[in-house]
Amino acid sequence: MTNLNELTIHEVHDLLKSKQISSIELTKSSLQRIREIDSKIRALVTVTEESALQAAQEADRLIAAGQITPLTGIPAIIKDNMCTRRIRTTCSSKMLENFVPPYNATVVEKLNSAGIVMVGKSNMDEFAMGSSTENSAFFTTHNPWDLERVPGGSSGGSAAAVAAGEAVYALGSDTGGSIRQPASFCSLTGLKPTYGRVSRYGLVAFASSLDQIGPLTRDVIDCALVMNCIAGYDKCDSTSVNRAVPDYTQSLGPDLKGLRIGVPKEYFVEGMQTEVKTAVETAIKRVEELGAIIDFDASLPTTPYALAVYYIIAPSEASANLARYDGVKYGFSFKDAASMWEAMEKTRQYGFGSEVKRRIMLGTYALSAGYYDAYYLKSQKVRTLIRQEFDHAFQKYDALLTPTSPTVPFVIGEKIDNPLQMYLSDICTLSVNIAGIPAISIPCGFSKGLPVGMQIIGKPFSEETLFRVAYAYQQVTDWHLRIPPI
Amino acid sequence: MKLSREEVLHIASLARIGVTEDEVDRLSEQLSIMLDYFQVLQKIDTAEVMPTAQPNALQNVTMSDEVRPSLSSQEVIANAPQREDDFFKVKIVLEE
Repeated sequence: MTNLNELTIHEVHDLLKSKQISSIELTKSSLQRIREIDSKIRALVTVTEESALQAAQEADRLIAAGQITPLTGIPAIIKDNMCTRRIRTTCSSKMLENFVPPYNATVVEKLNSAGIVMVGKSNMDEFAMGSSTENSAFFTTHNPWDLERVPGGSSGGSAAAVAAGEAVYALGSDTGGSIRQPASFCSLTGLKPTYGRVSRYGLVAFASSLDQIGPLTRDVIDCALVMNCIAGYDKCDSTSVNRAVPDYTQSLGPDLKGLRIGVPKEYFVEGMQTEVKTAVETAIKRVEELGAIIDFDASLPTTPYALAVYYIIAPSEASANLARYDGVKYGFSFKDAASMWEAMEKTRQYGFGSEVKRRIMLGTYALSAGYYDAYYLKSQKVRTLIRQEFDHAFQKYDALLTPTSPTVPFVIGEKIDNPLQMYLSDICTLSVNIAGIPAISIPCGFSKGLPVGMQIIGKPFSEETLFRVAYAYQQVTDWHLRIPPI
Repeated sequence: MKLSREEVLHIASLARIGVTEDEVDRLSEQLSIMLDYFQVLQKIDTAEVMPTAQPNALQNVTMSDEVRPSLSSQEVIANAPQREDDFFKVKIVLEE
């Protein structure tokens, strides 16, 4: 039998259903893999061995009673910014190092109902601010494809864990690319759903108008299965959209004949690595061979402004969302202060890492009296233009194809001292969050053993189209089947 | 443009984050680089454009004012850094 740690959700489901393996065996295999490999990868902040074994036992009971669903009994990992009741949730920050949520995020509730076996909470850039997982206050995660390199961020722990076989799938969150870029760096399939498609209740907020939760999986079939479970209206999230969830697995199959695809030239940025450009161009040609009509001259002129728009809006919203961390009701609290304000100032000085503080400061400035119009209001207006440009493009095209990242995974330490350089890693992913539209990253090649990802972007609530394209591509390629040599 | 020391200290006090002298210098430099970069947005004409607050145009989403189950006070206070009975203990807020 193939190494259990290399199987997809759908393969494992078949084995569970046919009673060839049990959830307990699967879970023990996952926990064993974590024991063997996580000291090198460092993907996990918390390993939930005991509760995982209990969940596996319960799952086996459900399966024996004929109550199996696609995700029942399957080991998974949750990014450590999603609240898990009675299980430490840290956001990889000293501020929440010992925080134990009294409630579950909605997505966690949904996965629990489906019989998830959660084996751990994954490492991330602190409060989801970063593109490499180097901003974790605890430790850096290593890319299973090359341990000297980053797994991407901010969902680097989730991505590295799945790539290394520590679990079958994971949840990540994406505010500017934090699911897609790690998916690209770790050779996984990662989806950022349409804004409002998946509930944010219980997701520790970074930028409320940009954040979305999504799956990190080994293939697009798995991605559709996870989405079937986690998507849907939630009255606890006032930005959740009340719209029926289709069976996403139905979109896996139709061929691509007649599908109109645009390739916006602005995404092939100056400074993009040649090997990445070549791999993505080759992949696009493959998609064309599958019947899609490709326009290689599509253009989205507002693309270069996305970085500025994002780095004003996200920090501004973060400065408001992170104001709650004051050492009063939960989290780190500085004890030896002389006054209330000093207690709060020192709590935040020592509880937050430098990237978090930098972004809060940037956001505070952009929102402050005298600067609000020039920065925050201005960027919200450019945001409208970016969205309108996508809306216009989607009248001509069913989907857009771009690289996910201009580079292959970079070396740990390479960009950490240069914030602007680090921010540029997200240049291909940011516009998508700004516009609130869905996008998926899928493996499309390797350069000297390092993964390259291709991004498919669609109009709001067109996840089915993204899945359709990804599936067709994954039927004729095997990039997504490769396993890191770890 | 370079943010002055006073401006950085002002932002830090608005954000309620304590900063060391070293941090003031570093932040002044790093924030200034970002703010300079943002000037690129001034090139775009947005005179007739409405701002987007969030992408899905939902407005005034409310929840009905009904009693429903909530967290117990024990669950709520469980993470309190300092507590006294069922109260969060804090430093004095209003001084004479």
